[in-house]
Amino acid sequence: MGNKKYIVSPSPHIHADVSTTSVMRDVIIALAPATLVSILAYGWAELVVILVSIASCVLLEWAVTRWLMKRPSTVGDLSAVVTGLLLALNLPSAIPLWIVFIGAVVAICVAKLPFGGIGQNVFNPAITGRVFLLVSFPAQMTNWNPTPGFIPLPDAISGATPLSALKEAIKSGSTIPQFMQANGYEMSSFLWDLGASAGELSASALVIGFVYLLIRRVVKPWIPLSILGMMTLVSLIFQGINPDIYTGPVFNLLTGGTLLGALFMATDYVTSPMSLWGGVVFGAGIGLIDMMIRYFGAYPEGMSFAILLMNCTVPLLNMWFHQKKYGRA
Amino acid sequence: MTQTVIWTVAILAVLGLLLALVLFWVARRFRVVEDPRIDEVEKVMPGANCGGCGFAGCRAFADSAVKAANLDSHYCPVGGDEVMQKVAAILGFTVAAKAPQVAVVRCNGSCANRPVVNDYDGAASCRVKAALYSGDTLCAFGCLGCGDCVAACRFGALSMDPGTGLPVVDEKKCTACGACVKACPKHIIELRNQGPRGMREYVSCVNKDKGPAARKACAAACIGCGLCEKTCRQGAVTVTDNVAYIDFTKCKLCRECEAVCPTGAIHGVNFPKELDKEAVKQRIADRKKKEEANG
Amino acid sequence: MGKVTFSMGGIHPHDSKFARECAIEELPLPPVVYVSMAQHLGAPAKPLVAVGDRVKVGQVIAEPGGFISAFVHSPVSGTVKGIAPRKDLAGNPVMHVEIAVEGDEWDPAIDRSRDLVTAIPDDKAAILDRIKACGVVGLGGATFPTHVKLSPPPGKVAECLILNGTECEPFLTSDYRIMIERPKEIVVGAAIMQKVLGGCRCVIGIEENKPEAVAAMRAAVTELGYADIRVQVLRKRYPQGGEKQLIDAVLHRQVGSGGLPIDVGAVVQNVGTALAVYEAVQKNIPLISNVLTVTGDKIPANLQHNYLYRIGVPLSFVAEQAGGVPDTAAKIISGGPMMGKAVSNFDAATVKGSSAILYLSEAATRRRPETACIRCGRCADACPMGLEPFLLNRLYKAADLEGLEKNAAQDCIECGCCLYSCPAGIPLLDHIRQAKGQVMGVIKARAAAAKAAAEAKKQ
Repeated sequence: MGNKKYIVSPSPHIHADVSTTSVMRDVIIALAPATLVSILAYGWAELVVILVSIASCVLLEWAVTRWLMKRPSTVGDLSAVVTGLLLALNLPSAIPLWIVFIGAVVAICVAKLPFGGIGQNVFNPAITGRVFLLVSFPAQMTNWNPTPGFIPLPDAISGATPLSALKEAIKSGSTIPQFMQANGYEMSSFLWDLGASAGELSASALVIGFVYLLIRRVVKPWIPLSILGMMTLVSLIFQGINPDIYTGPVFNLLTGGTLLGALFMATDYVTSPMSLWGGVVFGAGIGLIDMMIRYFGAYPEGMSFAILLMNCTVPLLNMWFHQKKYGRA
Repeated sequence: MTQTVIWTVAILAVLGLLLALVLFWVARRFRVVEDPRIDEVEKVMPGANCGGCGFAGCRAFADSAVKAANLDSHYCPVGGDEVMQKVAAILGFTVAAKAPQVAVVRCNGSCANRPVVNDYDGAASCRVKAALYSGDTLCAFGCLGCGDCVAACRFGALSMDPGTGLPVVDEKKCTACGACVKACPKHIIELRNQGPRGMREYVSCVNKDKGPAARKACAAACIGCGLCEKTCRQGAVTVTDNVAYIDFTKCKLCRECEAVCPTGAIHGVNFPKELDKEAVKQRIADRKKKEEANG
Repeated sequence: MGKVTFSMGGIHPHDSKFARECAIEELPLPPVVYVSMAQHLGAPAKPLVAVGDRVKVGQVIAEPGGFISAFVHSPVSGTVKGIAPRKDLAGNPVMHVEIAVEGDEWDPAIDRSRDLVTAIPDDKAAILDRIKACGVVGLGGATFPTHVKLSPPPGKVAECLILNGTECEPFLTSDYRIMIERPKEIVVGAAIMQKVLGGCRCVIGIEENKPEAVAAMRAAVTELGYADIRVQVLRKRYPQGGEKQLIDAVLHRQVGSGGLPIDVGAVVQNVGTALAVYEAVQKNIPLISNVLTVTGDKIPANLQHNYLYRIGVPLSFVAEQAGGVPDTAAKIISGGPMMGKAVSNFDAATVKGSSAILYLSEAATRRRPETACIRCGRCADACPMGLEPFLLNRLYKAADLEGLEKNAAQDCIECGCCLYSCPAGIPLLDHIRQAKGQVMGVIKARAAAAKAAAEAKKQ
């Protein structure tokens, strides 16, 4: 064969045009519509929060992997960028930047790297960061006063979100119809969930991004369908029992972190089950826990908590549910 | 207030008593009677649970030793003679002293000696590479360089030398447990006696090809010329299948085979002085002349 | 229209059939051929000739070395120059018979005419003997001796003969060309095999990216008037041509773990094997030649060929005749890009099962560096046997043989879909192949021990 050193390896000898980086890139592209909408709505402050969050996550991962773990840096796979972006989309735009940085520290240096880095973590890093911040800095995390944006938003959006305001009202004895009348809120709008955190602002932007991920075959629809299906079922049941104090499915699906959580956070590869039925059970659990928190819990909504709790069950679901093998019943 | 305290103390005391009775009964009912010597033997074991003895951990070794008739098929390579003497003392057996051993890598096909002729792009595992083909050099027997031996060593005694591409044994850490021997798919690593003060001779080649082919593949190959076999006065060196082998039980460390080897395939390690090959060859020639003169 | 295909897994690589328009050319004879004794699954053949013997084309030079073995015949006329170990394409020594080529004199018992012979002999045993005597082995890649496959064990009945014309590996076009150029011979070969199997029906499976082959085979079946043979168009998907996947697609039955196709009444043969059966039974031509494709990515059209080669021709000779190894070639593969073997010794001789010489460029074949598993599940989605390669990889690393057996590592067909799909560049199949070997070792040992215990009990 002359002097040329030919390559020798076991089969196969070709590879699909996909890498961890290309998958993460697709997720970033899918989040772009929602990111754009939030920047347009909340302005420079929002852009700064997003940039600080991403930069913090990337820097922290680079520093810890290179200096503490003494391994080659893994930031090239863009997973830290995705974590940073998702974390930012979960925060209010007026949040102080040092709190954003703390969120990044928790997400990367507590929820991801100590477990061994990408692929080894049990809990979704962005959600862990968000929950930590919510519990530690409740005031700043629930400050929904919108910062000035580049496009005008519909009226009457200052103060608490519809979600928490409604919850307070029901707790103090009011009913849903009374609350709606008193505050002049629209029941819900598919385009705007007013006063929400940046990423939860536009359901349609989130859905467009998710459809992109489906087309690119990055995600499969079972987990989101299961989450939303369970939430719909529980909402219908409870609304049927007492429509005055229990909100219905449309409200629950379109307000709060439901869509961001169901479409982008619960579908994270590392922290979700591998099999179809495992995913369905996972989604059903998330939907149920979220609805219970919405109706009976102290928080106005609990998508983040629901996802974290179900993350714990993933190793067990992976043990119980396997895909069907050829030739075996 | 005092009533609360009295009730608390009373309830907790009764609870504690009841639970203690339950535990006592369970301990009696489910007791496993074991020979107490198993614990004693386990205590003197190194506790590495490396499996080098052939048992599933130190306790399994202890268990088997206590139930055995003698210690003939029990040897802990990590603890060595020291531990075996202790075990023998506990069990009332006698155990013969065994020479301490060390893992020896019998290949000197470094990057300098053995040119690479193709580009291996598969999984970084010797086992996978060996199953695939005859290797990325012209020597089908030599070290594949992916480090399965390094990964197998639980004592951190093996490391890959980036300069030569060959594994290096740290003699201070090696316990001769045999894990690397099992891991190497080319059977290059061998457990050999450490030798007095660590001095030993070995043939650093396992290439069974005929001389010219072996030499073409590697500059340090054993070409099976047999000079070492002829020179050795102890009958310790034999050439089989075009490759020489030194029996470490017979070797007297005279280093004459090392001196006469034309390719430098025979290695001597831990000797205080560097081998003066010319002087030794001269000594051999003189001795031969004397023998011929005497008839 | 309904896309008939297998029920789980699979990938869609680009089919890269660049050599499809190259008509089959007969490769010239080299000065020396080296005929391997290990050209088939099972025991190597035992040489029957001695150094110095003069042989004719088609003369027997080796006999089967066991039950699962085959005859080997001389592909050339000339003198036996040596019977010695020689390196195969992986550099491992295998016994070869070296013959210096002198002329092209054929054994007179062989019918070299090209007229179609449609009359099939009635004697099934005689047909099987002829297939065995002509050294016919499966030409789909596994080279399993055909006479053994066509003799189902007692109690098992063949319901359907499936002819594999899918050629699902990218780049390969040899099966396509024989279906276009010699469809009638293939169909008669199928009919012969149907007769031997007791008269079952026959389905010829062809992937949808070969419409000309579908048309040619359908026309051949119609013209020859075989009512129980039909052509089934299959969806283009790898590994559509895998035996188990074909049976699933065509018969909607699945072969159980550790079982054989005959357990579900199926016998699968490659179209090339059908052609070899035709030549053996109707023309008395032993298996001494086959068609291979010379192709690659980034190589010009004039370097693409489909050659009718004689077994024992060195790969380097084929490359030379085809116009030399292109500069862009970074890896040379014997076979397809998914299951072929990378060549480290290019002087190795071709064998009955050689299907291609594939030149792949650096960009097409260099593996990406291995990074951490991101638990995306693409490997499990791609596995046509429904296995979970991410799990098998982890169990292999933990040396958990029990877990590997429970998760069916032994069912792996080594198709390569998992490694192809992994975004993290993990060498999944490299590890699973080792795991499969270890588990099969355990299973075999257990079966042997059980057999020994049963024998002991009998006594």
